[in-house]
Amino acid sequence: MTALGETVRAHPDAPVRPAASARPRPLREYGLFALMVAPNLIVIAVFAYWPIVYNAYLSLTDWNMIAVRPTFVGLANYARTLTDPAFHQTLWVTVAFTGLIVAGSLLIGLALAVLLDQPLMGSRIVRTLSFAPHVLSGAAVATLWLFVFDPGYGLVRALLDPLGITAPDLVNSSDGALFGLVIVYLWKNAGFAALIYLTGMQGLPRELDEAAVLDGAGSWTRFRRVTLPQLRPITFFLLITTVIGTFQAFDVIAVMTGGGPGDATTTLSWAIYSEGFEAFDAGRAATLSMIMFVLLLIVTAVQARIMERRMHL
Amino acid sequence: MTRAVQYVLLLGVAAVFLGPLYWLVTTALKAPDEIYQFPPAWWPSRLTWENFGLAWDAAPFDRFFLNSTIATVAGTALKVANAVLTAYAFVHLRFPFKNALFLVILGAMMVPGHVTLLPNYLTVATLGWINTYAGLIIPGIGSAFATFLMRQHFRTLPREVTDAASVDGAGHLRTLWQVVLPMSRPMLVTVVVITAVEEWNNFVWPLIVTNTAEMRTLPVGLLILKDQEGLSNWGTIMAGTLIVLAPMLVIFFVAQRWIVGGITAGAVKG
Repeated sequence: MTALGETVRAHPDAPVRPAASARPRPLREYGLFALMVAPNLIVIAVFAYWPIVYNAYLSLTDWNMIAVRPTFVGLANYARTLTDPAFHQTLWVTVAFTGLIVAGSLLIGLALAVLLDQPLMGSRIVRTLSFAPHVLSGAAVATLWLFVFDPGYGLVRALLDPLGITAPDLVNSSDGALFGLVIVYLWKNAGFAALIYLTGMQGLPRELDEAAVLDGAGSWTRFRRVTLPQLRPITFFLLITTVIGTFQAFDVIAVMTGGGPGDATTTLSWAIYSEGFEAFDAGRAATLSMIMFVLLLIVTAVQARIMERRMHL
Repeated sequence: MTRAVQYVLLLGVAAVFLGPLYWLVTTALKAPDEIYQFPPAWWPSRLTWENFGLAWDAAPFDRFFLNSTIATVAGTALKVANAVLTAYAFVHLRFPFKNALFLVILGAMMVPGHVTLLPNYLTVATLGWINTYAGLIIPGIGSAFATFLMRQHFRTLPREVTDAASVDGAGHLRTLWQVVLPMSRPMLVTVVVITAVEEWNNFVWPLIVTNTAEMRTLPVGLLILKDQEGLSNWGTIMAGTLIVLAPMLVIFFVAQRWIVGGITAGAVKG
């Protein structure tokens, strides 16, 4: 619908109407276009697309990155990786790690958003506080938490000791290390999820909620039946972005556990790094990279499908 | 839920997010004998700056700081420039197969950064850029998402204004600089903020591509400090951590509005 007096504009992708004087020579325009786009396109081609091609090639080779050229080995790396118990452990750790962080961020984020949505004094400050870790360096946050978790003089022990609880070792024990990482990532990211949820909640129309009040629905029922379904697109967005981000999580793992103890916190992202830059096994690192690429491509494709369907509605 | 319960929860949440930061600051300011006592001193009986001196002596934090600043400023400027020029060209200029070309640029968002590490390291090595600013900065300046945001925004600007500029004889670059950009300030701030925060905190790429203390950035330098101090000199390590975190913390609390706005807008519009 066009309001009175508003000019109807052609679709932005429609050919631009030649303005009075200045559009006579298309070649000049093509040249300018090329100049403006080339730097971006070249960097993208070299540092985003070429790596996929290069990885695909390297994954078919055996190469220690010192020998003059890689040795072609066909699908041997894939055969070895997919049947390797160490790889199964890596996949399992990645899934557990991702699952815990995704579920944790969404649940804590949502609960936090509900609390911060109440008209409470100081809730703006708490909102800011909870968001702050999201912008901090993961490496520094991880270093800080190493001392918080320190079994001798750390904050966790200091808080639990008076209650008569022995502080769990959340860094050096194979049972605890994964949970330690999850806690740090949740501390860093729950405030972000909360803020996104909060923005979404404050944008919802009040009418549905008011109608439910008239129908006598309690606050829990209204939250479950009215608010939550309307937040579904936000939940979906957070789900996808958190999965993609967590799959590639690296800095906190690198600083806190280095994939250990043993392989207790060796995620796919850590494995790519350690195969490539500690073991100098380019073929295996490339194989793991291709596996990660395909897994994330599936996630992204699902997202694109669903987003597209929603946009056409 | 009663108001009182809600306030208790609110206080609890504040404590959870502040607690570790409080622990960091007080430890960095404690003398060693107070760091290693149990139960701990919740507030240092004597404030001392010696941990900062020790951290500064143990690692060249001034270099780390300089490198982080150069990488962040140059990386952000180049990436945003790329995004703006590309977006303008796609909105206002003719070119064959323009839409297909735009899909090529958008498609880069499907490539996970972590997957590109090894090939990019090899490419940068071939170019002779290991341990240089070029190697640190250039691989990150290609922009798909920022280009997408800028293009979406440029499309909303009224065509009449840019047309009027060209009728007045302004070339495209002048129209971009004097007409389009001033009208796009909020979106520009958003893109700059998300890019700068990402660049400043970048970890794995600087870790791989630099190999001397002189070229390390703050997050990587901190890892080196931590490894060399072992897990015993907590005062020194916490002081180093505070040196790394402080600038971002200060900037965050001062420019909170833009940072929160930028990051959430960048997130929600994706």
